[in-house]
Amino acid sequence: MIRFLLKGLVRDRHRSLFPILVVSIGVMLTVFAHSWFSGMINDIIDSNAKFDTGHIKIMSRSYAENKDQTPNDLALTGINDLLQQLRDDIPEMAWTPRIKFGGLIDIPDEAGETRSQSPAMGVALDFYGPGGEVERLNIQNALVTGRLPRNPGEILISDELAQRLETKVGDTATLIGSTMYGAMAVHNFTISGTLKFGMKAMDRGAMLVDIHDIRLALDMDDAAGEIVGYMHPIYKDNTIQSIKAEFNSLHTENDDEFAPVMLSLRDQNGLNDYLVYAESISGMLIFVFVGIMSLVLWNTGLIGGIRRYGEIGVRLAIGENKGGVYRSMVLESAAIGFAGSLIGSILGLALAYWIQVKGINLGDMMGNSSLLISNIVRTRITEQTYYIGFIPGLLSTVLGSMLAGIGIYKRQTAQLFKELEV
Amino acid sequence: MDNNHLITTENLTKRFPMGQTELTALNNINLTIRKGEFIGLVGPSGSGKTTLLNILGTLDSPTEGSAVVLGNNTAELSHKNSAKLRNLQIGFIFQTFNLLPVYTVYENVEFPLLLQKLGKSQRHDMVVDALKWVGLADRAKSKPAQLSGGQCQRVAIARAIVKKPALVLADEPTANLDAKNSHHILKTMETLNKELGTTFIFATHDEKVIGYLKRQITLDDGQIANDQVLKG
Ligand SMILES: Nc1ncnc2c1ncn2[C@@H]1O[C@H](COP(=O)(O)OP(=O)(O)OP(=O)(O)O)[C@@H](O)[C@H]1O
Ligand SMILES: [Mg+2]
Repeated sequence: MIRFLLKGLVRDRHRSLFPILVVSIGVMLTVFAHSWFSGMINDIIDSNAKFDTGHIKIMSRSYAENKDQTPNDLALTGINDLLQQLRDDIPEMAWTPRIKFGGLIDIPDEAGETRSQSPAMGVALDFYGPGGEVERLNIQNALVTGRLPRNPGEILISDELAQRLETKVGDTATLIGSTMYGAMAVHNFTISGTLKFGMKAMDRGAMLVDIHDIRLALDMDDAAGEIVGYMHPIYKDNTIQSIKAEFNSLHTENDDEFAPVMLSLRDQNGLNDYLVYAESISGMLIFVFVGIMSLVLWNTGLIGGIRRYGEIGVRLAIGENKGGVYRSMVLESAAIGFAGSLIGSILGLALAYWIQVKGINLGDMMGNSSLLISNIVRTRITEQTYYIGFIPGLLSTVLGSMLAGIGIYKRQTAQLFKELEV
Repeated sequence: MDNNHLITTENLTKRFPMGQTELTALNNINLTIRKGEFIGLVGPSGSGKTTLLNILGTLDSPTEGSAVVLGNNTAELSHKNSAKLRNLQIGFIFQTFNLLPVYTVYENVEFPLLLQKLGKSQRHDMVVDALKWVGLADRAKSKPAQLSGGQCQRVAIARAIVKKPALVLADEPTANLDAKNSHHILKTMETLNKELGTTFIFATHDEKVIGYLKRQITLDDGQIANDQVLKG
């Protein structure tokens, strides 16, 4: 009997192929939409994470408390050992030190007198260390003129700042700041390139310096304001939270104000609120999407069922009982729903995966790369993506045919015939 | 009760709701039908022929009075038991054939046996037999769409008789067929009636059918206007 029903199902395209197509298209769109929204959220997290918060960040306790002032006198020391330990213990993440600092940039003339001057903020990166900073920050593409620092003492400054200071690649720029111990620091650099950051505050006056140079300049040997860690290829909140909990538990005993403390991305810059907000917005969008899909599939199930009242009438006359007919209808729709949802999920996931890995490079299209705004749009597959389409796809198909099937019970058998004969 | 009584009805009445009022489709029908009869229900359109067949076939139930079919009072049968009764004992033939289009001739005829959960080789023998009866053994693998109307109706007959039911109910089986096919169909049914002892009741307008009948019941406005034995 099951074989008999399956034969009918396979041979009748109106009952198999078309509904499966409808289901799989609906499910595919839902799955893809979900990965798209997840990708968008992830993108915003990512640009924050890349330049500022990291997926996780380690600072000294007192630095963390005042981090808006970038108090380098409170910086972490013994960085080399700590980094080595992190890289050994948690090798699946990339770890890299950074120093944020502020100061004056002074452009001297030939005589060494100030030609122009501006306040500036700076970020010191381990340009060529194992942290992979150059790729992470897309620095190469964000260059407007010049090249990456290659030799000691070379820096990058924002293109806007360079224009305001009327300086160019190859010129000397003097940083006037303060050392870790509060003394005045004056250090000469050479501008090797100019950058577009893609964010007003940074473009107004920011520079990138190699961390080795800044340690020399600010007397911060073996120290760093922060160590940031990145997961590859994507941010996973659960993993981050457990790494954080474990790291911090090692240092709870220690009441030294310079003891390291880990903050996750969510703990910084109000990103938690943002995440909750974005997730609820995308949750709502997905809900609407799933709702529409369910309606369509439900309707498909209904039409499929009603179209078959004639066949059902014959089967009842021949002596199949109503329960049997009903069950076989529901079973058929479950098979259709399953096949369609499976195909749709696989196609949707495949497409999502492809765009997750490859990315769509909007920067190329717009010819407008910058450091902070990601120009590669990526989808993102989360655990939810696996079932967000499948479950409603299956349920709504089955529910549709269950509702259509109620007609079998409600109508007199002879009435089903009437509908069959016209 | 006479064991030869296949069907008895007592004051069988069927009313359908019609807006505010009711429409009486069958009015006080008293009938006794014995095993092996070959009966035609005739009468003008709307006289209640289809309604009566539906009730005798347990697809519908009387409003008043009773119909006892093969020892079962139809009013007391559950859905399940009436389905079982139809499956085992009653074959249906329809004016519009009502074959299942996606299945082959063989599979259409096999369907009632699948419901009876018979084994494969037993099913095969019975289907082949039934197709031989109606002269379509060589078309077993065809789909209904590839057959003529007459051939389709013969498949429907094979499907009705494959399980060797006690009773076959046919609603205007020849209405969509030409003269030649109509005669062929009736001869087939006549032979089955003789050789298997199957009881046939069919509703018909068709003059060509009258000559084959052993008994003719005329309905008019839901009542029996005439009930006569034609040959014996
Ligand atoms: N489900 C129903 N609801 C309401 N009225 C019905 C229903 N079925 C039949 N009737 C009415 O009952 C009467 C008898 O109908 P029936 O179909 O039995 O006639 P018939 O003799 O088979 O006619 P025909 O020769 O045209 O097939 C008709 O007046 C018909 O309109
Ligand atoms: Mg009729």
